[in-house]
Amino acid sequence: MTLFDRFRDLVRAETPVALATVIDGPQVGAKLLVVRTGETESVEGSLGHPDLDRVVARDTAGELEAGRTGVRHYGPEGQATPEDLVDTPTVSVFIESFSPPPQMWIFGAVDFTAALGRVAKVLGYRVTVCDAREVFATKRRFPMADEVVVSWPAPMFERRGGTLGPRDAVCILTHDPKFDVPAVQGALATKVGYIGVMGSRKTHAKRLERLAEVGVTSPADLARLMSPIGLDLGGRTPEETAVAICAEIIARRTGHSASSLKNTDGSIHS
Amino acid sequence: MREILDDIDRWQKSGKRIAVARVVKIEGSGPRDPGAAMAVNEDGEVAGSVSGGCVEGAVVGEALSIIHEGSPGRMVSFGYSDDEAFAVGLTCGGTIRLFIEPLTW
Repeated sequence: MTLFDRFRDLVRAETPVALATVIDGPQVGAKLLVVRTGETESVEGSLGHPDLDRVVARDTAGELEAGRTGVRHYGPEGQATPEDLVDTPTVSVFIESFSPPPQMWIFGAVDFTAALGRVAKVLGYRVTVCDAREVFATKRRFPMADEVVVSWPAPMFERRGGTLGPRDAVCILTHDPKFDVPAVQGALATKVGYIGVMGSRKTHAKRLERLAEVGVTSPADLARLMSPIGLDLGGRTPEETAVAICAEIIARRTGHSASSLKNTDGSIHS
Repeated sequence: MREILDDIDRWQKSGKRIAVARVVKIEGSGPRDPGAAMAVNEDGEVAGSVSGGCVEGAVVGEALSIIHEGSPGRMVSFGYSDDEAFAVGLTCGGTIRLFIEPLTW
């Protein structure tokens, strides 16, 4: 098995890995693969010098943790400040992180769920649909979902809420308070980056009352709720609504205004 | 790279030599982030992309010469500057730095 075979299998299995490649220096093309299993990292391959391997492995593990990809420069023996080395060739290393895809959990097995699941797949999410009603939460109704879970929200969050992080999204589409309220409570207890809750402005107002009854009143918590869900695009169909939701998720992640570029100044890609 | 693995599998099974180009750095405006990858086989077939279609043609040429030279890989840059206005560039005005290497690891 080559290092590439190993790398390919790990990426397919959605194991977090980072690949370091020498792109300039004495051993162009040499590679180091850092694999994270649970809390520990293992290192395979070599860049040609044990000290360089050790320093690059450490940095690569850090980049993988942060989900970053970029170029770093070293001395030939792993010196971290190659600009101090006069007349010594430096080594440029491209470190590429392969993190598992972000997750989207959609609560409520409704028409909007199917459309949102489809758009989320286009954006590369791992999509989980969750509903307590066994007749609605079926793989046949949501073939695009990676997983369909029959569960109430609280046990779902208890079991797996710890896997949600800043890149992930929870979309609550049930507009049924007995489902919405525990789903919002569950989501707020996680580090998930986006929490959207569907419903009219009237539903939203009533939901806030219900949330207050169960003690969800802190301004910091309420500020995390994107409710009513989605950007104001004026669309009506489930598909248009799905685009409005996903566009909001992207804008929240990047911190951009979600206005037309025609009406804004500054860099488009930063 | 994830999205080009199936094509690479297919090419490897039929014994094709392959080169992989990856975006390692973008300066200024650029269509794809570092990590965007494109594979080229010895017949000039392509999987994936590294820009919005601006430089892919030139990358195929570089990738084929890397396959044929037996090179360990090299950096290739594309971008506009005043004195090379007719060179291959990005319409968005940025510079894209690619590392292209044979898939022999």
